[in-house]
Amino acid sequence: MKRIIPMWIAIIAGFAMMLSSFVPLAESAGEMFADVFNVVAAIAFVLGAGSLAKQHLEKLSRRDAGWGYSVITLGSFLITLFIGMLKIGIHPNPSFPQAAYSGSNDAEGSAWSWIYEYMITPLTSTMFALLAFFVASAAFRAFRAKNTEAILLLVTAFIVLLGRTFAGVVLTGWFPDWASGLRLENLSIYVMQVFNTAGNRAIMIGIALGVAATGLRILFGIDRSWLGGGDA
Amino acid sequence: MTRQAKTWLVIGAVFVALLVARGMIGQGLGRVYVKRTDVTVTLPDTAAVNSAAAGAASASASASTSASTSASTSASTTAVSAPATAPSITSTSLASGTTMSWQEWKQVPPLEFIAAQKANPAQTEITMSWPRTIGLWLAAFFTLAIFSFLYADNPFYKIAESLVVGVSAAYWGVIGFWDTLVPKMFGALTPGLVKSLVQPSLVAPEMLQQISMVFALILGVMMLWRLLPRGGWISAWPLAFIVGVTAGLKIVSHVESDLMAQAAATMKPLVVSVTDASGATNMWDSWWASVANVLLVTGVICCLAYFFFSVEHKGVVGGAARVGIWYLMITFGASFGFTVMGRIALLAARVEFLFDDWLWLIDPNHFRGL
Amino acid sequence: MSAGNFNNTNASARPWFERLDRVDRRWIFLLMFLAVSGPILWIGVTGKTLPEAPTLAARAVFQEIDQLPARSLVLISFDYDPASAGELQPMATSLVRQCAAKNLRMVFIALWPLGNQVAQQTIQDVIRDDYPALKEGEDFVNMGYQAGNEAVMKLLLTDFAKAFPKDSRGEATSNIPMLKDVKMASQFPLLISISAGYPGSKEWVQYVISAKNEEMNFVAGCTGVSAPQLYPYFPQQIAGLLGAIKGAAEYESMVNESLAVDGVATAPKYLQAQRRMGPQLVAHLLMVGLIIVGNVIFFARKRRGAA
Repeated sequence: MKRIIPMWIAIIAGFAMMLSSFVPLAESAGEMFADVFNVVAAIAFVLGAGSLAKQHLEKLSRRDAGWGYSVITLGSFLITLFIGMLKIGIHPNPSFPQAAYSGSNDAEGSAWSWIYEYMITPLTSTMFALLAFFVASAAFRAFRAKNTEAILLLVTAFIVLLGRTFAGVVLTGWFPDWASGLRLENLSIYVMQVFNTAGNRAIMIGIALGVAATGLRILFGIDRSWLGGGDA
Repeated sequence: MTRQAKTWLVIGAVFVALLVARGMIGQGLGRVYVKRTDVTVTLPDTAAVNSAAAGAASASASASTSASTSASTSASTTAVSAPATAPSITSTSLASGTTMSWQEWKQVPPLEFIAAQKANPAQTEITMSWPRTIGLWLAAFFTLAIFSFLYADNPFYKIAESLVVGVSAAYWGVIGFWDTLVPKMFGALTPGLVKSLVQPSLVAPEMLQQISMVFALILGVMMLWRLLPRGGWISAWPLAFIVGVTAGLKIVSHVESDLMAQAAATMKPLVVSVTDASGATNMWDSWWASVANVLLVTGVICCLAYFFFSVEHKGVVGGAARVGIWYLMITFGASFGFTVMGRIALLAARVEFLFDDWLWLIDPNHFRGL
Repeated sequence: MSAGNFNNTNASARPWFERLDRVDRRWIFLLMFLAVSGPILWIGVTGKTLPEAPTLAARAVFQEIDQLPARSLVLISFDYDPASAGELQPMATSLVRQCAAKNLRMVFIALWPLGNQVAQQTIQDVIRDDYPALKEGEDFVNMGYQAGNEAVMKLLLTDFAKAFPKDSRGEATSNIPMLKDVKMASQFPLLISISAGYPGSKEWVQYVISAKNEEMNFVAGCTGVSAPQLYPYFPQQIAGLLGAIKGAAEYESMVNESLAVDGVATAPKYLQAQRRMGPQLVAHLLMVGLIIVGNVIFFARKRRGAA
């Protein structure tokens, strides 16, 4: 029972979505399922937030190593939640002043915008930027011309790195017109549009076949691994 | 004191000294200025709204009409007459004709503050914003705290990391609530409440929409059951719905765009004739275009041969698979180059923030007239 | 990173390539920081940028927008957040600027939760600051964010108002003048996606463009990480493609050139991408140098091992 009903839910929802692309009569069913899916996806955010709070509360109650950081996580989580859910400091939208919560959280100068501008933006973007340093270190340590494959990878990286900056123009810009195809900037385009396209296209075709096969296995009830263990 | 701690201390001391020195030179550093705008809103006349809406609303599916907003703006004052709204939203605790006013603060470049001060040293329209200036310094601190991980893992980095997790989770939850759940789910299930509190322009929900949102609410509650200690299996039902919808969507889209369309795009002529403006064949361009097509078609076939494991990679298939590996290596090399490019751009943006917004060392946007 | 990196008593006895190989990675980090910060300071002080020669993919983006008749509807999806703004914001700014200058009617949406705020910021910087005559609701509108990723795209194909029931001001979609006649996504002759990953340009191709390729064109701006995966779609499904900051710089230079007024310098905010190509150049050279040095060490060690 615990496995049969979910399996049938997946089958019905999946076939409705698939058929809605081909059968006009199924279009409204597909539309309805997509609408429900969007709302469930938003509730999943609440689930994610709840899971995080639960996990850190447990860590805190057990006094696990680094529980102090859980206090910071929970504190920042609750403060952000409080400010956002209650729209702290947000005035009503001038077009709808009767509705107390008609104003947008994103209004300039709000506490919500402050969190976005001075916390989320620097924290997330610097996290991403950090990788520039590690990729440099990794290139120095691991990028070795050990065999043909590694040499191809390395030469391509050189072409792209140089060809996609002004260095390419400086180094090979003087090549005559008949050899313009060998200029680094043109070679980098050639690499992207021919070799990279061929490689990624083959990967995409492979993935598409895999997705179709796995999807059909789920929709025909053959693959039930996603349901996990437990009694049927 | 360990050597690492000493190094930290020296780096910190040098940094603070440089910061103090920078603060004393020229225009100083790291301040945010804001300009005040006074907003005044007058609620519409209820009787007028009722009569206007009664005439207009009968044929409309929408329960609200939004008249154009008339706004007169002076130097720093915006007066807004709220639009006429339908009877359903006039049931408000605020009486018609009530005037509401508040102040809004917009960020302006320091140059505007300098000009305003020059014109009138006593002006209060443009001032330094303490909350935003503190925010700017905090943003700089977070940037440096994360960069400090490059030296070694440390409490500052861990604090920043903990903050990003907590703030992001709540941020996403709040956005999901106000942007999707309120207009869609609560808008369908409790339209009166949403209209009076959040969105007076809400369109009256249809019966089918209400039914589907009841369905969504049930699935959502079942999904949240996962947070409870018992009955975790209940969340398998919404999971099944998500899996089913995703599978149904992906089968069609992947076959259409990544299988059929890509196969079609690979069926290219191997000999190409490129003509110039005069109609004559350009030999060099034709040659390059033909080579490109041959290489592309060969590459796709060879890479697919490499991914095809049902046949042993020997003989012709083995040779093709080997060429396929070469193509894939070139592909990965290109991906590496582009990834490096992307990460450096992100780093450049952060360094620009430190040098421009915080330290005021450079002024590429001419915000301070350096 | 072990303490041995600091206290290496036998370091001087090792051959040069061994010493170089064991160099503390923090020196490499410092080199990278200098490679990026040096040009930023230089460009920040001098204001000079490097010239850009637009490639076919970037030219195609410009032409797709340029060829649209005035008042055409354009759907612009902000599928990124501040974490990727360093790469994508310059192209978003230029894309909106070209659309505004061409008097196209822009509908902004976001499939990333923080995309709405990035869109809002772009609207402020470009439309409200430089094209104040454009009216919200008639010339442009920000529909905000909706959860659901590809299911939102699926819904857009059949019912735009159901996918985005209100705009960011809280106005119902049916009340927005410029969307009065819009029933579905295929009524937009052009779709623009600026994306940092999932959901983004790839999903727009898979779920919308593949189904409506005849009716609507699609141009994409994307991060360096995702650009190589989008090339197979160009030019059949993606008519124009801006890959990473280089694509942004090429496109930015084209837009600036097309909107240039004699005797009036381009506003510095429209030179963001071209300014960032300076640090890009030096950092790329550093990367190439590091790889070469790494390989010199590799071959020196190999030769020593063989001897």
